[in-house]
Amino acid sequence: MSSAAIDHAHDHDHHHGPAKGITRWLFTTNHKDIGTLYLWFSFAMFLLGGTFALVIRAELFQPGLQFVDPNFFNQMTTMHGLVMVFGAVMPAFVGLANWMIPLMIGAPDMALPRMNNWSFWILPFAFLLMVSTLFMEGGGPNFGWTFYAPLSTTYAPDSVTYFIFAVHIMGASSIMGAINVIATILNMRAPGMTLMKMPLFVWTWLITAYLLIAVMPVLAGVVTMMLFDIHFGTSFFNAAGGGDPVLFQHLFWFFGHPEVYIMILPAFGIVSAIIPTFARKRLFGYDSMVYATASIAFLSFIVWAHHMFTVGMPLAGQLFFMYATMLIAVPTGVKVFNWVATMFRGAMTFETPMLFAIAFVVLFTIGGFTGVMLAITPADFQYHDTYFVVAHFHYVLVPGAVFSLMAAAYYWLPKWTGYMYDETLGKLHFWMSFVGVNLLFFPQHFLGLAGMPRRIPDYALQFANFNWISSVGAFLFGFSQLILLLVVIKCIRGGKKATAQVWEGAQGLEWTVPSPAPYHTFETPPDPSLIKAQ
Amino acid sequence: MASESSHSVYYVPEQTKYPFFASIGLFFMVFGLGSLLNDMSAGDSLAVSTWIALAGFLLLSFIIFQWFATVIRENHAGLNNDQLKRSYVWGMAWFIFSEVMFFAAFFGALFYIRTLAVPWLGGEGEKGLAGEVLWPEFQAAWPLIVNPDPTLFTNPHEGLNVKEWSLSFFAGYLPFWNTVILITSSVTLHYAHVALKAENRKRLIQWMFVTVALGIIFLGLQALEYVEAYGHYGITLDSGIYGSTFFLLTGFHGFHVTLGTFILIVMLLRCMKGHFKPNDHFGFEAAAWYWHFVDVVWVGLFIFVYLL
Repeated sequence: MSSAAIDHAHDHDHHHGPAKGITRWLFTTNHKDIGTLYLWFSFAMFLLGGTFALVIRAELFQPGLQFVDPNFFNQMTTMHGLVMVFGAVMPAFVGLANWMIPLMIGAPDMALPRMNNWSFWILPFAFLLMVSTLFMEGGGPNFGWTFYAPLSTTYAPDSVTYFIFAVHIMGASSIMGAINVIATILNMRAPGMTLMKMPLFVWTWLITAYLLIAVMPVLAGVVTMMLFDIHFGTSFFNAAGGGDPVLFQHLFWFFGHPEVYIMILPAFGIVSAIIPTFARKRLFGYDSMVYATASIAFLSFIVWAHHMFTVGMPLAGQLFFMYATMLIAVPTGVKVFNWVATMFRGAMTFETPMLFAIAFVVLFTIGGFTGVMLAITPADFQYHDTYFVVAHFHYVLVPGAVFSLMAAAYYWLPKWTGYMYDETLGKLHFWMSFVGVNLLFFPQHFLGLAGMPRRIPDYALQFANFNWISSVGAFLFGFSQLILLLVVIKCIRGGKKATAQVWEGAQGLEWTVPSPAPYHTFETPPDPSLIKAQ
Repeated sequence: MASESSHSVYYVPEQTKYPFFASIGLFFMVFGLGSLLNDMSAGDSLAVSTWIALAGFLLLSFIIFQWFATVIRENHAGLNNDQLKRSYVWGMAWFIFSEVMFFAAFFGALFYIRTLAVPWLGGEGEKGLAGEVLWPEFQAAWPLIVNPDPTLFTNPHEGLNVKEWSLSFFAGYLPFWNTVILITSSVTLHYAHVALKAENRKRLIQWMFVTVALGIIFLGLQALEYVEAYGHYGITLDSGIYGSTFFLLTGFHGFHVTLGTFILIVMLLRCMKGHFKPNDHFGFEAAAWYWHFVDVVWVGLFIFVYLL
């Protein structure tokens, strides 16, 4: 990239502070405002999706049908998954990207600020449409977040049409957001910020954005086929007309597998920023981190059918998808090794962000190992559609992706608000979450190995003990998240003043601007001498 | 691109009303469309849902028009520096890539159906057992004329594929002429671009006019083909997987050609108003990229839907 364009000949730029009142949030083009909107939206969705999860866990506290009827239970499992994936985790990472990428690469804003606003404001409407299906005649989507045909076509409630359109517009939002991230990173870096000097959060987001642009349109395509099967009599997923329901699964997982990396790669970037700060050492193996991220992204496109081993496919397909999946453990292992090596002989302190980051490394690795177990085709025949799978992906998504988001929130809160958060409450939040999440999901491994199927409202008596432990953990984890809300509100309202540096060992351009970060930053590019290799 | 504007700061607009109201328009459009489809399937009155969808669509269109107008005005006012223009280039390039992936989903479905799903239903290979049990009479073929269960999905009479590889056949084969027309339109659009860079506005407008005309002729012939398919061949959306893949692939392509033609008409009008300079015309280039992309998709369609 040429640096010629970023010449600061004109320092007379007339930028003001934020607008007053509600229009600041409705009409803003500021990356920090939009980042804040994304983060609050995702937190609201996190609480909503969490409420759905607690309905599920309340029902599963004891065998038998207690609180909800099975159809509503199915709606809860479906909406919990959809809201958490598309409403909580993905927008939270986009919010962090908005806030941090321009600050990290020394850019005045995101590349396309108006489109940035649109990417956000589509989301509340998309979720209004999706969540409103719960109140419609016939109920909301009840076919699981993977919406396999023909459950989602021939046997779906009428509200599936609105679900399809909600997926369409949130997909448009994601694609626009991803295009914006790519244009920002490729076009807006300050002079001296070469690609291999970029913080890993920026790298992981660049690669995530490519994944988004590659797979969100495939999701749009597959829901469009559903729409036509439902309303226009096409037979994509109906064998009676020469189609194949398994085609749905192939298309869905071609989207779905990269999607899970969309939810974890930025988490890798966050952890790669936090661990060096609190270990007071440079990140071990920066280059290998970049290459490992790219390898994981590439592999994510050729492993999708490992979700479908029991559906049936030729032996050659099963072998290919098994080996390709296991291969992912190699770059992931590189990353875990690098994080541990960064901490090795570091001068470590254990503030809340570091606690969440270390918990991430340990617990995500557990989720990774069960992933390798599930990749073994013959073993998967046993595990498939049991609670073992539920435990696996919740370990990578909750103490994985969500813990990284908590870590990020604590790490950058002082930069956002200008005040230090309450460390005591932060540690309380961490320990309650840590205990809660393990109580919640660890027993589910045993339930799955013993044969308890997923997505059922009732179960055989031998599963009762582990289920009540899991439910207790769920309520502990769920209510602990209110502590985070309290911490954030307290931190916005005041507290100990934060310095620009905030953390003693922190590196990077975002720590060179005051705390709170001014409304507009880097309108002239930063001094190139501030840009150091990671 | 323009070098005179390279020494300015990156323009960040202060506030904008467009995206928020565009979201409202989008919401009513898709909510209305969803209701429309549900009402259709239930046999209810379509009036209310149609109006909601239409109102949303009009609001969205109005906002997008205003949005583009603002961007054009800002560019003419010299607010956009080289770096900002590069952002638009990246944006358009990756938008087209997302469109490629959208079509990839439908092409992928076609390949899967033709090489795996239909042969399996015909009893072939490791996964042929289910097909033999479900519909023992069923014979795998492509174009699929006899569906596994013709009581649920009415059979078409015949496929649209190439019958024989001879000159005399191609001379009377509509999709072949459509291919010629669309490829020609890409060439004429290129000449328009050359004329734009040579600052020959008369030639530019002539070539643009020819390109738009070719686009409209293509769409007319496609419409004719659809009428033929429904009437003569009995290929419909609900006539089994052959019709499903045929109409969704060519239909989404046709939709993109319609959009592309509309964009080119807008570009033609902008050419007439003298919006573009030889060194500053990314709006035109983006439209041209889009048109070439649509052209390439058609070549893929012609090979895999019609020829093979």
